[in-house]
Amino acid sequence: MNRELYPFPGGLQIPPHKELSNAKTSLITPLPDSIILPLQQHIGTPAVPLVKTGDKVLKGQIIARADGYVSVPVHASTSGKIIDIGNYTVPDPLGLKAPCIVIEPDGDDVWFEIKPTHDYASIDPKDLQDVIREAGIVGLGGAGFPAHVKLREGTESAVDTLIINAVECEPFISCDDRLIREKPGYIVNGTRMIRHAIQAKYCVIALEADMPEAYAALKELIDDDIDLIQLPVKYPQGGERQLIKVLTGMEVPSGGLPIHMGIVMHNAATAAAAYRAVIRGEPLISRYVTVSGEVNDPRNLQVLLGTPVKHCADQCGYEDKEGQAIILGGPMMGMYVNNMHMPVIKTTNCVLVTSTYNKSPEMPCIRCGQCVDVCPEKLLPQQLFWHAHAKNYDRLREYHLFDCIECGCCSFVCPSNIRLVQYYRKAKRQITQDEQTRSGADHARERFIARNARLAREEQTQNNELLAGSDIGELDKQAFIQAAVERTRAKRAQLGKQENSDDDQE
Amino acid sequence: MMTRNETVIISSPHLHAVTSINHVMTRVIYALIPGILLSAWFFGSGVLIQSLLAVLFALCAEALMLYLREKPLRLFLFDGSAVVTALLFALCLSPYTPVWVNFTGICFAIIVAKHLYGGIGYNMFNPAMAGYVFVLLCFPVNMTTWPLPAGITDQQATLLQILSIIFTGPSSLENFDSLSGATTLGWTKSQLSGMFMITEIRNSPLFGSFAGKGTEWIAVAWLCGGIWLLIQRIIKWEMPVFFIGTVFLISLLFYWYDSSIYLSPVLTLFTGGIMLATFFIITDPVTASATPRGRIIYVIGIGLLTYIIRTWSAYPDGVAFAVLLMNAVVPLVDNYTRPRVFGEIKHG
Amino acid sequence: MTGILIVLAFTVVIAVLLYYSRGEVPEQEKLVDIIDSLLPQTQCGQCGYPGCKPYADAIVHNHADINQCPPGGRNTIRQLADLLGGEIKPLNPAHGKAGPKRVAFIDEDICIGCVKCIKACPVDAIVGAPEQMHTVITLECTGCELCVAPCPVDCISMLVFVQGGRRVKLGPAMRTSS
Repeated sequence: MNRELYPFPGGLQIPPHKELSNAKTSLITPLPDSIILPLQQHIGTPAVPLVKTGDKVLKGQIIARADGYVSVPVHASTSGKIIDIGNYTVPDPLGLKAPCIVIEPDGDDVWFEIKPTHDYASIDPKDLQDVIREAGIVGLGGAGFPAHVKLREGTESAVDTLIINAVECEPFISCDDRLIREKPGYIVNGTRMIRHAIQAKYCVIALEADMPEAYAALKELIDDDIDLIQLPVKYPQGGERQLIKVLTGMEVPSGGLPIHMGIVMHNAATAAAAYRAVIRGEPLISRYVTVSGEVNDPRNLQVLLGTPVKHCADQCGYEDKEGQAIILGGPMMGMYVNNMHMPVIKTTNCVLVTSTYNKSPEMPCIRCGQCVDVCPEKLLPQQLFWHAHAKNYDRLREYHLFDCIECGCCSFVCPSNIRLVQYYRKAKRQITQDEQTRSGADHARERFIARNARLAREEQTQNNELLAGSDIGELDKQAFIQAAVERTRAKRAQLGKQENSDDDQE
Repeated sequence: MMTRNETVIISSPHLHAVTSINHVMTRVIYALIPGILLSAWFFGSGVLIQSLLAVLFALCAEALMLYLREKPLRLFLFDGSAVVTALLFALCLSPYTPVWVNFTGICFAIIVAKHLYGGIGYNMFNPAMAGYVFVLLCFPVNMTTWPLPAGITDQQATLLQILSIIFTGPSSLENFDSLSGATTLGWTKSQLSGMFMITEIRNSPLFGSFAGKGTEWIAVAWLCGGIWLLIQRIIKWEMPVFFIGTVFLISLLFYWYDSSIYLSPVLTLFTGGIMLATFFIITDPVTASATPRGRIIYVIGIGLLTYIIRTWSAYPDGVAFAVLLMNAVVPLVDNYTRPRVFGEIKHG
Repeated sequence: MTGILIVLAFTVVIAVLLYYSRGEVPEQEKLVDIIDSLLPQTQCGQCGYPGCKPYADAIVHNHADINQCPPGGRNTIRQLADLLGGEIKPLNPAHGKAGPKRVAFIDEDICIGCVKCIKACPVDAIVGAPEQMHTVITLECTGCELCVAPCPVDCISMLVFVQGGRRVKLGPAMRTSS
């Protein structure tokens, strides 16, 4: 079917380097010595451990439960013994440690009991969400947003279009390409299943023109129910807002969500994982990871979650050389990490070893405006940079800093080599922090005002009583005191009586 | 296990396009070369001498300022921006300009217009134009006496004569008057005030086949260099197109109104500094507006002001003044022309 | 002559544009509120005024300096300087030192329940009754330290407030300012 395409603004053509890894069949990575599973591999609340050190677990067993709605459980990737629950290095740009469960594999790889369902169509869409949630499925494209949340949004409002995002726009990464080529059935059926779960009217699978084999593989399995669309190659086409624009011509409002426009988007790998979880009952415990760049044998691997990055790199002939950087994710949006101890998690799509990362010094901005031309969000990266530099946070907001998707196009083309995205990240962090302080201050102000009002009220009542006293003349005052004394006496008498009667009763 | 102890945080993206300030400036210099050579062909080796001197002075001034401002010398001195400024400045000068005028102008351009505003990227006014206007106001006579282009007289100044004019002043040469004359635009201006018609003025030997003798071909060289820059994506097409369009339209309007006292659009475009400005001066990103719509307003402003100054002021050419005036307005234009953000709904 | 006219006309156009692009100058009363909203609302009185609002008022009406708020630190000074169009100054050391946010902590073993700290607290962040043990509601505490001096048994200490992500934990007090 031919669909009209609406190019998104800005964007770049970047040498894709996919040929390094996309032609070779993926390898199943052998079991590592230890499996490290962070409790938080998704956006939202970290999972809560259900096991303790020394416990035996089986492959696919839930070892940490979801905590709250925006959270998913963590499953053991293989059978073995829990040897520690504690803080370990996780994929994090600051190299921080986070709570993890460590499993020592017993080598048997024994499955926990799994409940396959042969016909998803017979399951109520709402129950389907629960199955997907219990399987720990999150967005595998990079952000790691729990998949069931998007599905629920889908069932709660009418969904016009389901978009399955197979656009792998970042250079070097080919894990989705490989997955589609090797398991096209999972993608297509997963797509149909999600469509059933959210009752979408139309359904689109979008991929870029540099994946012809994947396209052919899908084409063979697709009937007229799904639109398979090939897009011209352009970075960052895989961005949610960009892809929606390309396919529908609609722009997701600044700060809005696609669901408000009747669109739900899932990554192709997510669809496959969800299908696998429902049909075979296997939770999300492994994923495709591209290992590319300066390794002897760049290729894709099927990796158990929790496998140390180093172990994956070793499978591809990695040799530690001076001056090499290790990047988790693609070269445009991935994170630089300074060691390889951290595990592969649900959102790890690529391990890139490169020595050609950007090292040139930063020069002053010459206002050339290249960044403006390539910004896919039509922001003014340059002005944002000035204001971020001047810490002018109100202005940054006015210039829509929070619409920045950190795709890195602006930094890529900058002739002055300014790390624009880094400045934006810093500013965003600072603004969020300021906001917290500000809301705390507002709260304190309210309490201060309330307290002052209370004190004023108390003082007022005291004054009133005094005033009431001074109004009475000297004689009356005596009478007033007399009356008060009388009253007290009467009260006492009554109390005495009561006491007596109490005694009587006893 | 490998350990990397340094706690560097390197932010994405990790890839970078093959570009740098140096890359941009080098391409601008390449694009200038054919025009410079052609100028030298028509106006003698003075052009080259002025260019070399300007580049020399500019690099010295730049190095001095970088040293005083404690900036990394190696990084900034060879970014090419000083050379571009120097070349553009030199191309505005008459090849007979005395050396001290060249020196003063460059010093003003680099020291005052560039570094006192904060160096590359921070200067508000185009340094080359600021330097040029500065010397134009200080030494008006030296600035307006040009050699006659080749093809008008057989009497060409020798290299020795040129050197003596440049280094000791025009008074040192007895036959200086026979070697120099007005520029095409200057001549036209003075003849128009003498109540001559354009058609009569047009018959002067200073005019070539479609514009000024010699200068018309130099203008074509700028045009070619500019188109190459466009292909290289160093400059944006909107700026030259809207600038030329503006000048063309307004001159066409007045030409239709009275062709006897207003120059034809083609004549307007190919005389004076318009072609040079179109591709090399108004496109200077540092001093131009930063927003897409702002850039268009900026170049239209320059176009209008250039025509106004050219036609009704005492100066034969107005590009430099127009550029500086519009430079001053850039922050305001930027503020008014903020574009609509992706997904933003504009109210009102 | 024409030149002068052109420049004049140009100037007028720019002047008009500049006039319309200038920001709204807020009225004095509004300004007090805006300044108040920038202050950290610790109500600590370190600035020499009995609360943040009075300080804001003093900045507007009595020309109090903008560098008298230690809890706000550099950030507040910068924001005030931006708002009022002044220079960014270092914090006036006469009013105290800037440091990380701290919260009061009552050592419940020592507390005698005198309610003096409850009366001193500007935001009612201490709960307790006479001769009953008192406790600070950590999340409400602004770290003003006003409760520290009145305590007759010195059972209140200020601890550094560590906020990492969603978790809030208390670390040992660090009296040295960063």
